[in-house]
Amino acid sequence: MNVVVCAKQIPDPAAPGELDPNTKTLKREGKLILDDSDAYGVEMGLQLADKAGGGEVTLISMAPNSEVSGLRTALAMGAAKAILVSDDALQGSDSLATAKVLAAAIKRAEPDLVLTATESTDGYTGVLPAQVAELLGWPSITFAKHIEVADGKAKVQRQTEEGFDEVEAPLPAIVSVTAGVVEPRYPSFKGIMAAKNKPVDEVKVTDLGLSNDDVGWAGARQSIDDVSAAPEREAGRLVEDEGEAHQEIIQFLEQLKVL
Amino acid sequence: MAVSTTWVFAEASEGTVATITLELLTKARELGGTVEAFYGGADADAVAEQLGKFGAAKVYAADPGDSLQGAPVAAAMAAQIESGNKPDLILFGQTYDGRDVAGRLSAKLDKPALTNGIDVSADGDKVTVENAIFGGNTLVKTSYAGDGPFIALFRPKSFAAEEGGSGAAEVVKVDVPDTGLSGQTKVLDRHIEEHSGPKLDEAAVVVSGGRGLGSAEKYDMIEQLAKLLKGAPGASRAIVDAGWVPYAYQVGQTGKVVKPNVYIAAGISGATQHLVGMKGAKNIIAINKDKDAPIFSVADLGVVGDVHKVVPKLIEALQARS
Repeated sequence: MNVVVCAKQIPDPAAPGELDPNTKTLKREGKLILDDSDAYGVEMGLQLADKAGGGEVTLISMAPNSEVSGLRTALAMGAAKAILVSDDALQGSDSLATAKVLAAAIKRAEPDLVLTATESTDGYTGVLPAQVAELLGWPSITFAKHIEVADGKAKVQRQTEEGFDEVEAPLPAIVSVTAGVVEPRYPSFKGIMAAKNKPVDEVKVTDLGLSNDDVGWAGARQSIDDVSAAPEREAGRLVEDEGEAHQEIIQFLEQLKVL
Repeated sequence: MAVSTTWVFAEASEGTVATITLELLTKARELGGTVEAFYGGADADAVAEQLGKFGAAKVYAADPGDSLQGAPVAAAMAAQIESGNKPDLILFGQTYDGRDVAGRLSAKLDKPALTNGIDVSADGDKVTVENAIFGGNTLVKTSYAGDGPFIALFRPKSFAAEEGGSGAAEVVKVDVPDTGLSGQTKVLDRHIEEHSGPKLDEAAVVVSGGRGLGSAEKYDMIEQLAKLLKGAPGASRAIVDAGWVPYAYQVGQTGKVVKPNVYIAAGISGATQHLVGMKGAKNIIAINKDKDAPIFSVADLGVVGDVHKVVPKLIEALQARS
């Protein structure tokens, strides 16, 4: 079974995010890393291909400046190859434009199953998996906490407000996975060495049969009018616990009439 | 205000309309014009009565049967729009089904979807959605270019739900067009996880635990403290990912947004992901051993100390009072 995993390469979330003052979009020029949320999809894809007794995991990523650092991490985990869409025309792309690019790249890879995160850590729109599925005309199951594949169907436990639903869909399908669907492996030394030579096919927007007008600022059809600092929440009192700090909490709760 | 018609994507569970839907209806009324709801489900009449009380004049009802809502409900919406029944604006909750339907509709109509909104305004033909990024410390206003319908998704608790409007909603049953492969999802079974005590997103007091607890067993004290304060227990993403507690407990960007009277964060450092979900609490108490933890920048009362010492003493003191 061949699985495509959409893998986003993002600025390190541990570093404070910054907007480009001109474009008002997130600065993404430094070194990018594999979004943690995508490690779950990579692991799940590897396990499903393994269980099916054959097939491989192909990564699809859209990133500026031919960035591959994050892809190498996923390749080191065991993915076989990657398609990277890197093109200046993509700057300013919103989720729908991104979905168009990913859908076109997925068509090239012809997978049985596509895995994505439920949302990226930096942009977190959460609508991309459904957009990609609609563009491909495929079924989608979002927020998976468990996946099994058998008899040409994906059987998924989908997170809901109250618990979870047992849902199935015929393949090919798109499934978005929550953290916790599997425990991602750490790349081994051998994996890291092997990843250096795995193929990364870099393509441009027009190679995918899309026009540059479909993506980037032109395709976004929205404008960022204003960026401002939110009213700060004032930090309050800080006390050091020397054995009696719980009394401070009790007094505060009394003041608030919770007690 | 030039919004003439706004649709609200309506969600309900077991015949009860979701709070987020009522919040969106309230906001839609404020924008002016006609407010209508679009509901994907079978029990439309019961749901329509509640939607009417919050201002929906009409409820379009499409029944997806045992399929997930995404493809069939988006197709039913698109069919209405293509037949000339076109709203200016469609409001969705940033929920499981809201994301699915909005994403599908966005691709189907080839219209952008603005996500994670916390406010929306209309000025002439210009519709602007506001959202908060970087853990809520930066506000961004984005407006749509081109023609509607404009698709927007909002985080729960962005608006206060208030009844209003004419009261009765007319139910218009609409067909689900053939969705081909897209619609071939099938819900085989539903599992409801039992919960005692108040719901996490409705509780007046929320007590959340994080990685600072050290191990899954220590989460017991979070539950115990929550119970003593008649509140709900919550969690940071770190300990949900670690499998200590179910996803339903998660507070934050990917989890629940909570706005309780009191939020107690125990052993939570305060990553951006977490702050997004709890910064709106009226009062915040944080206990963490690292005095530089970002959680203290939003706490009204910060205790620099070991959760394993402070929390048990707090529990003991509360037990002694009751």
